[in-house]
Amino acid sequence: MDARAASQDTEIDCRRAAWMVAAQAGDRTAYETLLRDCIPFIKRVARGQGIRPDFMDDVVQETLLTVHQARQTYDPNRSFTAWLRTIAQRRAIDGLRRAHRTGTREVYAPLAYENHSDPSGDPEEAAFQRDHTEVRDSAIGKLSSRQREAVEHLALQSQSLAQAATVTGRSTGSLRVDWHRALKTLRAQFGGKD
Amino acid sequence: MIPSDLDDQLVRALGADLTPVHRLASPGLRLLMWLAILGAVALALAMVSDVGAMIRRLVAAPDMMWLAAIGSMLTAVLAAAAAFELSLPDRKATWALLPLPAFLLWIGASGMGCLRAWALPEAYPMPPVHTEACLIFIVGVSLPLSLLLIVMLRRGFSLRPNLTAIIGGLACASAAATLLNFIHPYDAAATDLAVHAFAVVIVILVNTIFGGRILVSKSALTAR
Repeated sequence: MDARAASQDTEIDCRRAAWMVAAQAGDRTAYETLLRDCIPFIKRVARGQGIRPDFMDDVVQETLLTVHQARQTYDPNRSFTAWLRTIAQRRAIDGLRRAHRTGTREVYAPLAYENHSDPSGDPEEAAFQRDHTEVRDSAIGKLSSRQREAVEHLALQSQSLAQAATVTGRSTGSLRVDWHRALKTLRAQFGGKD
Repeated sequence: MIPSDLDDQLVRALGADLTPVHRLASPGLRLLMWLAILGAVALALAMVSDVGAMIRRLVAAPDMMWLAAIGSMLTAVLAAAAAFELSLPDRKATWALLPLPAFLLWIGASGMGCLRAWALPEAYPMPPVHTEACLIFIVGVSLPLSLLLIVMLRRGFSLRPNLTAIIGGLACASAAATLLNFIHPYDAAATDLAVHAFAVVIVILVNTIFGGRILVSKSALTAR
């Protein structure tokens, strides 16, 4: 029975080694077949190292990425399965360390998370901002097209005079004149206040 | 067992990223290449130094210097061999112990050699003014050797990049300490040994900080 199992393991190892050699030469089909074939083995090794099911996917994916990056280091004269086992064990140990770090620094508290207020979601502040934007846009909309153009580029888009002149095809002097006229009109609209 | 969707997506992404690769040469062959370059440096130094005087000084009984020189040379070879092995992902961390016996021989023989300064009246320890030159030589020779070694190690994929860099640093520092014998016509002394040890520690630290980072960046988990 043991001899048969050993022979089966050798056969699997030879098959994986052949796929890896083909992958080193750039055979995508062999490579994808190999990686899919390795996943159950990696999970078995990770379980053996004590990896919890919720960290299993991380270990599998990190092992596959390592296989990908280290594929030039595989020597066909050596066992592929042993090569993969060492990588999977190492990545499982990294996973255990990460899980330990997460466990000591983070607390799993879904209710606290759900009940935590979001300061950016203040409805009063959002309504104020909305009103403010509407008033501003309405006042700008009443300006002449040339003044509106100057305000949009110089104030709303924060462009320099030179940039605005390039974009609009107007002279900086003309833009400056319209900008000052627009400010005067807007001050008048808001009752003489800035 | 059926792979999850995420695993399958990753497999397809890695398949799409697949390019043919040149298989890495064996660690033994890479070691020989590094030693060949080290040999060329040794040859260049031999041409500008008095090799006969060096050999006479090293074999002069009962001096322990020849044993220290053999120890440092063996440390360089074994540490470089261990570093090349550690640059492969499937090698065990115990490879790092390979240079330990030679390292102990080197340190032990150098330490014993120090006693000669007190025991033998004809001993000629190094004047303190020359310690600075020793330090500069070991660090100056080690750095290009380290750079070369890190570039060669980076072709592999170490799962223990910092340990690999430390052992690589030991290889370069001990190689430089061996080469120092060509231009170092002094017997061992406590100050001499302390300076050599200090230089070796500097080289290992530099390798650990910079070499380790280079090797860590190589082993960062991102698909190329």
